[in-house]
Amino acid sequence: MKMKSIVGLLVISTLVLGGVLYHSKEPVPESSDEAVKSYQLSNGMKILVIENHRAPVMVSQIWYKVGASYEHDGITGVSHVLEHMMFKGTEKHPAGEFSEIIAANGGEENAFTGQDYTAYFQKIANDRLELCLELEADRMRNIIFDEKEFKKELEVVKEERRLRTDDKPSALTYERFKAVAFTNSPYRRPIVGWMEDLETLTVDDARVWYETWYAPNNATLVVAGDVLAEDVIRLAKQYFGQLPMSKIPELKSRHEAKQYGTQRLSVELPAKIPYLIMGFKAPNLTSEIVGTEQEQELYALEVLAGVLDGGDSARLSKNLVRGQEIANSASASYGMSARHETLFVLSAVPNEEVAIEVLEFALREEINTIKLQLPDDKELDRVKAQVVAAQVYKQDSTFYQAMEVGMLDTIGLPWHIKDEYVEKILAVTAQQVQQVANKYLTDDRLTVAVLEPLPIESNVAENTNAAVSAGEQNAQ
Amino acid sequence: MRSNSPEVPDEQRKLTRPAMRLMLKLTQGTALLFCSFTVLATPQIQTWQTGNGAKVLFVPAAEIPMLDVRIVFDAGSARDAGLSGLSLLTNGLLAEGAAGKNSQQIAEAFESVGAQIEYDAARDMAVVGVRSLTESRYLSVAIESLQQVLTQPDFPPVAYQRELNRMKIAVKARQQSPSALASVAFNKAVFGTHPYASPISGSKESLEKMTLEDVRAFYQQYYVASNATVVIVGNVEREQAEAIVKTLVSALPVGEKPAALPAVKPLTEAKKIVIDYPSAQTHIFVGQPGVKRGDQDYFSLYVGNHPFGGSGFTSRLVDVIREENALAYSVYSYFSPLRELGPFAMGMQTKTEQTEQALTLLDQQLKKYVEQGPEKDELAASKSNITGGFPLNIDSNGKLLEYIAMIGFYDLPIDYLDHFIDNIKAVDVDMINDALKRRVHPDRMVTVVVGKQQ
Repeated sequence: MKMKSIVGLLVISTLVLGGVLYHSKEPVPESSDEAVKSYQLSNGMKILVIENHRAPVMVSQIWYKVGASYEHDGITGVSHVLEHMMFKGTEKHPAGEFSEIIAANGGEENAFTGQDYTAYFQKIANDRLELCLELEADRMRNIIFDEKEFKKELEVVKEERRLRTDDKPSALTYERFKAVAFTNSPYRRPIVGWMEDLETLTVDDARVWYETWYAPNNATLVVAGDVLAEDVIRLAKQYFGQLPMSKIPELKSRHEAKQYGTQRLSVELPAKIPYLIMGFKAPNLTSEIVGTEQEQELYALEVLAGVLDGGDSARLSKNLVRGQEIANSASASYGMSARHETLFVLSAVPNEEVAIEVLEFALREEINTIKLQLPDDKELDRVKAQVVAAQVYKQDSTFYQAMEVGMLDTIGLPWHIKDEYVEKILAVTAQQVQQVANKYLTDDRLTVAVLEPLPIESNVAENTNAAVSAGEQNAQ
Repeated sequence: MRSNSPEVPDEQRKLTRPAMRLMLKLTQGTALLFCSFTVLATPQIQTWQTGNGAKVLFVPAAEIPMLDVRIVFDAGSARDAGLSGLSLLTNGLLAEGAAGKNSQQIAEAFESVGAQIEYDAARDMAVVGVRSLTESRYLSVAIESLQQVLTQPDFPPVAYQRELNRMKIAVKARQQSPSALASVAFNKAVFGTHPYASPISGSKESLEKMTLEDVRAFYQQYYVASNATVVIVGNVEREQAEAIVKTLVSALPVGEKPAALPAVKPLTEAKKIVIDYPSAQTHIFVGQPGVKRGDQDYFSLYVGNHPFGGSGFTSRLVDVIREENALAYSVYSYFSPLRELGPFAMGMQTKTEQTEQALTLLDQQLKKYVEQGPEKDELAASKSNITGGFPLNIDSNGKLLEYIAMIGFYDLPIDYLDHFIDNIKAVDVDMINDALKRRVHPDRMVTVVVGKQQ
């Protein structure tokens, strides 16, 4: 299932990007009441509440308008490193205490950094909201930047990068693909940062980043679950209301430079399985186009992704995994919820003995077919049925619902568009799907990346006799 | 992201260990420490048996117009009988042709009503299920399609060959993943001749040997009513739930419950396995056979592991390995209970040059913990976290389904959820120390190291 809701795709594609979006599990959807209550404090901080009284629990999330796409060359990864530093303590709550207090209260907490946002959350009993807000308000303004702590945490982040990207051939390929696909868009930089930049990052870089972006007027509090909006607002006023505003830098509008012809790269590294990525530059949803005709194109692109990969009956599975049997797996994804121009991405792993050129040709054929022949109604109906159902299933997760409004708000979109998502998907016609395929899936928007495996030099030595125990050996 | 989630050694994913997946945090003394929930209504599980012997567990949940149903069989890789990967392949072929419909027609049937089929095989369990809307015109299609997949699979030769080839590629892909190489080696060394030793997704050799007849025979032996547990959570009444179950499983033959699995043998000596791999990090697993579902030491070991390496940022391992020494992004320990003894594992990944330092610290921490056990306040914090966090584990249909499937499949008491908090509260320092000393043997651990060898 590629199409879940308005931000569903973004979540999935960010994970594919080898991004830093938390959690290995797909967000489990949870609330039956879709109503979002909103409020703004006098210092500019926004508050969004989704009441859902199914279980005596809640999730509290603070979203900051800052992420990897706010960075510039040389300091890549600073948003994410700062996210790690946010757990390093304040005068009032020294390092480790935040986690200890939340844990003692039966809560879970973590944080995640994306291209366009950084967010912190707690999942906890519904009567522990005050505690969460007190701690979050404290660390919004009072983090201690100790150089020694910073240097250690930077090493942890480098280990994270090695784990998530450097030692994963497909993730590394995706990182390099993005770096080529975008010429001047900030999305060409990895969220975790280039290792070379991490090497030179200083505690001052992190502090400046914090002082620049972490302020009530650049943050949104989202609380979802068994709470009352009036209580949330009262407590938010109490803890965040006194925090001073900052002058938040105005970001220049950024537009990706025109591309001239197809861009290609090959990534050669020790691996076993080739991998193909084909990405076409595609528009993102902006508040300016909400409500215009142009907006419908984006929904048509989502349906197009569904026609190609909306389930096991969709074309890539039907024709490439089954049918021709040339792909071990194949996928298509597009997410409109982003601050900048984004990508419509096809990717595939070839079967044994299948040349990557054959796979690329087959993916192009799938695109050409849509350009020339209208998808049939049954296909579109299946895509739409899945979107309608997913909208119900997502009620099973309050966390996901909070995430949806938090993310939309933070990237500058009116969060109520989530309620129009299904309707707009249902309105997409076969003609529109064909039109957007012709308009956006073109060679001068395309970047093709191929992972070309080099031999892996390795051998296995097994010491089963173990004359020396692991413990003794280590103690030496 | 700051998370410290474990890389689960071997492919056992969501199915086998809901309770062990609580990557929560604990604490020290703060004023807020012992606050606990006022009243928590645990869901009441209704249970019955079908005429042909399938066990059913049902929890009505009327809030959302959706339904989850899952059928669990004792047909995981533990039943592969030397043909590693057979369980997963059989399971994966169910929806590739059934009742005369091909893969495409089956997928279209589910997707046309927005239903999501699920299927998976792990160590002990193989599951098939669906999430569907409860509006009858959708639900009826979803249930009918699931019934066909479950009871009338055709195992077409074309699909067999295709899925077998795809599995071979998955096996090959393990060779480019240091964590996959490490987990396969870890299970092999920890479980020796036990069926738990083999990879769920098979090996190159086993997949070469497999035939379509093996798949058919596996299905006939294990996908039978007396080996089935049916779990339902969602917006239906009891009567409708009974009708759904009847539709789904009445065509399954009664069959037989498979024989008990052999016991997992304890390790008799330490083993170290070193795999040379050109990665930036060395992947490390250290462990031994651990605990079973329903084990008398289960709660002692579960709670006992929590402050050691099971509670994320408030655990000793994270504190020492990550916070103090910045050696790893992710470091953890867990017991993964299975029908027989599942693994106790500690895991981490570190820049290759730091491997020995990290291993030494891990070893020291384990020895110290097994010798001395948790501090009183550590234990209090852990118990407070586990009991306080319990409602988060049953706050959605999806999570409830996981729990109830586990309760049903492993024959745990039907009131398991009602007593979970009391069982956690009953664990004290002495019980933990006693269980750790009897069950965890730092001098007889398997150590797997995958990374660049100088």
